Amino acid sequence: MKKRFDILVVGGGHAGCEAAAAAARMGASVALVSFTREHVGAMSCNPAMGGLGKGHLIREVDACDGLVARAADEAGIHYRMLNASKGAAVRGPRVQADRRLYKASIHRQLDSQSNLEIVEGEAAALRLDGRRITGLALADGRALDAKAVILATGTFLGGKLHFGRTSSAGGRIGEKAATILARQLRALGLPVARLKTGTPPRLDGRTIDWAALERQESDDGDWTMSPMTKGRPAPQLFCAITRTNRRSHDIIRANLERSPLFAGDISGVGPRYCPSIEDKVHRFGDRDGHQVFLEPEGLDDFAVYPNGISTSLPEDVQSAMVRSMAGLERVRILQPGYAVEYDHVDPRILEPTLAVRDLEGLYLAGQINGTTGYEEAAAQGLVAGANAAAWAAGREPILFERDESYIGVMVDDLTLQGVTEPYRMLTARAEFRLRLRADNAEARLTPKAIQAGLAGLERRSRFDAWQVRRESLERSLAREWSGAELHSAGIAVGHDGRRRPLSEWLRYPELDSSGLLKMEPSLADFPRALLDKAVEDHRYAPYVQRQDAEVARLRSDSNVRIPTTIDYAVIAGLSLEMVERLNAARPATLGAAQRIRGLTPAALAAILIHSRRKAA
Amino acid sequence: MGFDRLSPNGRKAMTDTIFALSSGSPPAAVAIVRISGPGADSALRALAGKLPEPRVATLADLRRREERLDRALVLRFPGPHSATGEDVAELHLHGGRAVVAGVLEALAGLDGLRPAQPGEFTRRAFENGRIDLAEAEGLADLLAAETQAQHRAALAMAGGALSRKVAAWRQRLLALAAALEAAIDFSDEGEVGEAWPPGWADDVGALALEMTGMLAGPSAERLRDGLRVVIAGPPNVGKSSLINALVGREAAITSSTPGTTRDLIEAPMALAGLPFVLIDTAGLRESNDEVEAIGVERGRASLASADLVLWLGEPTEAPERARTILVQSKCDLPGPAREADVRVSAATGQGLQDLVAVLAARAATLLPGESDVALNARQREAVAGALDNLNEACAIDMVIAAEALRRARVELDRVTGRAGVEEMLEMLFGRFCIGK
Repeated sequence: MKKRFDILVVGGGHAGCEAAAAAARMGASVALVSFTREHVGAMSCNPAMGGLGKGHLIREVDACDGLVARAADEAGIHYRMLNASKGAAVRGPRVQADRRLYKASIHRQLDSQSNLEIVEGEAAALRLDGRRITGLALADGRALDAKAVILATGTFLGGKLHFGRTSSAGGRIGEKAATILARQLRALGLPVARLKTGTPPRLDGRTIDWAALERQESDDGDWTMSPMTKGRPAPQLFCAITRTNRRSHDIIRANLERSPLFAGDISGVGPRYCPSIEDKVHRFGDRDGHQVFLEPEGLDDFAVYPNGISTSLPEDVQSAMVRSMAGLERVRILQPGYAVEYDHVDPRILEPTLAVRDLEGLYLAGQINGTTGYEEAAAQGLVAGANAAAWAAGREPILFERDESYIGVMVDDLTLQGVTEPYRMLTARAEFRLRLRADNAEARLTPKAIQAGLAGLERRSRFDAWQVRRESLERSLAREWSGAELHSAGIAVGHDGRRRPLSEWLRYPELDSSGLLKMEPSLADFPRALLDKAVEDHRYAPYVQRQDAEVARLRSDSNVRIPTTIDYAVIAGLSLEMVERLNAARPATLGAAQRIRGLTPAALAAILIHSRRKAA
Repeated sequence: MGFDRLSPNGRKAMTDTIFALSSGSPPAAVAIVRISGPGADSALRALAGKLPEPRVATLADLRRREERLDRALVLRFPGPHSATGEDVAELHLHGGRAVVAGVLEALAGLDGLRPAQPGEFTRRAFENGRIDLAEAEGLADLLAAETQAQHRAALAMAGGALSRKVAAWRQRLLALAAALEAAIDFSDEGEVGEAWPPGWADDVGALALEMTGMLAGPSAERLRDGLRVVIAGPPNVGKSSLINALVGREAAITSSTPGTTRDLIEAPMALAGLPFVLIDTAGLRESNDEVEAIGVERGRASLASADLVLWLGEPTEAPERARTILVQSKCDLPGPAREADVRVSAATGQGLQDLVAVLAARAATLLPGESDVALNARQREAVAGALDNLNEACAIDMVIAAEALRRARVELDRVTGRAGVEEMLEMLFGRFCIGK
């Protein structure tokens, strides 16, 4: 077995797979270390990819030639464009995936990636030379050498499963936890804390009365998660919706003390936006029901994922609770729901590359950084993998900015603000939301990916062709028309006699893509998706321009570097609380410092002057 | 470990153009307004109508559109050989409050210009290598003092009516944003719904109305600096005699030659325990004397910014009645009684008590009372900015409305300190049962 690599990735979940693949695309030699090859690329919670904010992340990872979007398409059995009726900036593509097809796609993509191999084994310890990483020691005694190690351990780090009041060590049902590594990280002085997440019971679809339930069909249309995918290869299934009711809530209330959450067995903080059903009933007692989405787990799999009732109540209570719901009266539970508690590291010790600030060569990605969700994990995997490879090769880092991507928003939030609960992407977190649409991820990020060496040949040629067509489309939109001419075509824009290019008329909501085709029939030669993107670009242009000053300020402050050796405690005028936050996050630039909560302009100026004095 | 985040050649940062009064607070003989940044030249051209030679003091009429603001000395220092290293322009104005306020207002109205933050000129100078460490350290101390002063000020304001009011607005903005963001980020979960939050337009409208009301109210500066009372009328009706009688000293030069008062004379004073600034103006008449003409024009400008006008001329020629107190002067001399709120004689002191009583009564409606909330200029700017954005929050597109609310929040943050997304999310998760 080969034992020397550039990069070692620990963990084969969504973060680990993207990290390994990204590093390998950049030309690094990579080993992905996982307990078993079999579990690499598994979807351990809900069988879905994307959603609001999350769909943006998936498209961004894809724009950097990542794996997840194409795997979701290969496995997609149900497509939904969330917020379809709202502005394009907040539309979120979501795909439900057949678990087996998904995993198979990930395996195929990893196998066809050169420079990448999967090593089965338990990563027991980081090997170090002082504060510099030299490799990994496996539990069976093997040692691997590497310049950098990426930890993507998910819920396995110090993982503990709770089924009712009983608990056991483990990162996922039926799998062991990484306990030795967890101890080493604490011993190395990394700030470690506990978080909690949960999963609902899996139901036997053959015992569900589907006919009694409201159906939710897959979206028609032919959009895909990745623009690289042609069509939707898998057959499309429907989902169904049921609700909890008073009886379900009574059952839960009567058994709250049997939940580890309420009995005080769980110290980790759970996510506010993904509460367990017992939490929902407890906090919002006045509600008479909560929606539950019944999502099939696969084409030849009768397991069904009831989205909305994650729980750690004992199995008998879970069974009574689900059977109180319409359509589930005779349902059989295949696998009870449970809660997982796990270790995470305060992500404020990370650089924007996801490198640990004072352990050279160590990178962290995914739930270990306090996030939740496949999409958040995959995006961090990409950042850590690309940057570890760049660093190992002595190249410039690949940084993602807040005004350019959700990835940038997430990394900035994590490394500056830290987390108090599992971090989930929301479109509300992106102040430049109007320019960060799921449908313009390629335009935003693929040039960067190409420049960094992250994009493969196929992606590059697709992007070049796309750009040529986009430029030609813009030329067609540049032709000027008067408002009267638009009127006579039945497009009721307000007009002042001025002639404007179509791109500018698009600021009026009365003009849409069908109106464009009336004015300029040659536009029909362009793919509809390309035309729609152009329409959205021009529609939002005035609002995007209004943010330009804000973006310029952000960028210019990001150019002002704060020395890593700065001692905030000696700067006059900073409050104790400010000093504490600055010390935890160690912002690299003045722009980053400014986003830390509670910092005033005067405090920033004081920091700037102090840092210049140090530099002089 | 880690990487240098900066490219070594360092892209030239795009910056705003900033301006500020860089001499002491008016009134003073001369006031210097400094402008720095890429838009300094175009700002100078907009006001002065021309661009003088670099580093040559040049006389210029400053105008906002048609209105003449001042005849001033202007200078320009092209970067990098300027105090800040950027393009700099300086306006040396006559130091009356109205002139300075008018020029600052005109600058704020130009595209790409904004008032400088405390210490910002120095910060730019330092960043561009125009001042040395010793000077910079002086600034650091100053800033430290400033933050402590702010801290004390914040403590003093805690529990005050203003902070309560603004905090309440902020809560309402956050609640509006939370309701909208819930509909955007959690619409797929069935608990929130796809639609606009119920009562949206009403809630936005009610908040906008309150802000409008606050902006229409008296300002905190009035309490600190005094109500501006302009004494106006045609030449030689006894304006200067009246101000001298009220002030009790020879603040203004009096003579019976019409047109004696060529510049504004400001006399701060307390009457009936209330703060006033009495402003004597040149008699309003057409004049061929250039200097007097400037004075007349200033007088007209100060009328525009006056809180109250004591009008000593014909009642029919009085400016805007609501702000005007009609005064018949020289009532000790024989002549017909005309329409007047009060009749006085500066020579005998007759009616002066009545005039003070009338001024005090009118002031009571203009000055904030003990329990009222008053905004200072900075707060006013922030609230007005928030209001502008709030007015766009009834857009057709929910995302555009959310953007308007975000901007409104950013504006209010200038009064209250930064409210992160986190606070909005706290409200969102507290109010809506969200999550699958």
